[in-house]
Amino acid sequence: MNKIYPTLENALDAVDDGMSVMIGGFGGAGAPIETIHALVERYKRTGSPGRLTVINNNAGNGAVGIAAMIYAGMVARMVCSFPRSSDPKAFTDKYLAGEIELELVPQGTLAERIRAGGAGIPAFYTPSSFGTQIAEGKPVAEFEGRPYVQERWLKADVALIKADLADRKGNLTYRKAARNFSPLMAMAAKTTIVQASRVVEPGGIDPEHVVTPGIFVDRIVEVANPQQEEALLREGAK
Amino acid sequence: MTTKLTNAQIAWRAAQDLPDAAYVNLGIGFPEMVAKFKPKGREVTYHTENGILDFGEAPPAGEEDWDLINAGKKAVTLNPGASFFHHADSFAMVRGGHLDVAVLGAYQVAESGDLANWSTGPGSVPAVGGAMDLVHGAKQVWVITDHVTKKGEPKLVESCTLPLTGVGCVTRVYTSLAVVDVVDKRFVVREKLASISLDDLQAVTGAKLAVGDTIGELNVPEI
Repeated sequence: MNKIYPTLENALDAVDDGMSVMIGGFGGAGAPIETIHALVERYKRTGSPGRLTVINNNAGNGAVGIAAMIYAGMVARMVCSFPRSSDPKAFTDKYLAGEIELELVPQGTLAERIRAGGAGIPAFYTPSSFGTQIAEGKPVAEFEGRPYVQERWLKADVALIKADLADRKGNLTYRKAARNFSPLMAMAAKTTIVQASRVVEPGGIDPEHVVTPGIFVDRIVEVANPQQEEALLREGAK
Repeated sequence: MTTKLTNAQIAWRAAQDLPDAAYVNLGIGFPEMVAKFKPKGREVTYHTENGILDFGEAPPAGEEDWDLINAGKKAVTLNPGASFFHHADSFAMVRGGHLDVAVLGAYQVAESGDLANWSTGPGSVPAVGGAMDLVHGAKQVWVITDHVTKKGEPKLVESCTLPLTGVGCVTRVYTSLAVVDVVDKRFVVREKLASISLDDLQAVTGAKLAVGDTIGELNVPEI
């Protein structure tokens, strides 16, 4: 078993037009910048993959990462909890012009929908959003005297993840709070593509320290010394 | 004499009620200020939605690690005993009833405990983040806010006119004029500034204020 791919370009050949793409990260922490930019480069060169649905907590910041995808015109739809950032222009302009669709999901509901998608649970009930616009049209049921809103699982064609360590079997660790949505997304996608800062031999990650077990991972590319979105933005990246 | 509390003073007052050994989530923006005024000797563990328990103050400028941020995307540090976890675990802590206190800002709070704090209505990009989850599950949900809007309109109202974040979720409101509990779908004044009469407080409040056994004096140091 060897899930290591030589280049991001190779690994990303699983991404096609019209697909749903989960992208790990919360703001800049955990954003797989090199992977996203490789996809943007391919789109600029070939016109594919376009019409993507992107699932992330946010909707891009500045002009790098997901914002670069939006500027390039690859994204038809965003599923996120908080499409605001220190520089949300890429998304805001397209949204207000009606050129990009938004599905707004409360953050905990987004996390649990993705977890459910990866865990084979088609629907669940949550107290979040009861009595709000977000719950309109959704089934409501009472449990122990309190109302709960039914939410459905969320799955994707591919997940793009940034890990710290990986081995060829797909076991992953993450760096600090860069973990956030990534372990959930790795479970919920048909093909999970990981950029890892360092690839180690099997056994090189203590089994006690594995965060994402290899069964959830399909493709790994080593990207040493990866860029960090927030650091890039603060350096004035365009 | 103070006519109303500053934001720092409102945050200070709320911080005095943080219980020892509490797990607390401070909403992004103004509520983050509460941490600064935690009384000495009380141990409070802060939770952030993006997967950290027991984070500490901001690092010195130039020493930020941007993989170590809070929900407001600000750089933080870790206290000894901190932990990382993924987003589903993080919101299990929220909805599962494991947090003691959540502190949030507000556009409006209704006497029923309904909260509006995420959307000012059509015409902007909607963004909800974790607010709709945070209002459910924490044992106490506190709001800190000016008593009125910038235009002078009441923020404590009979029913919210702005889109709701949650229904019947707020337990206590710390305002620039008073401390008000939500009890059985009505506002009960616990403390008010000595410089304002109950009638004057009622005049800037959009719902009937009830009075408990006593009204304490809202005493806050100059900050």
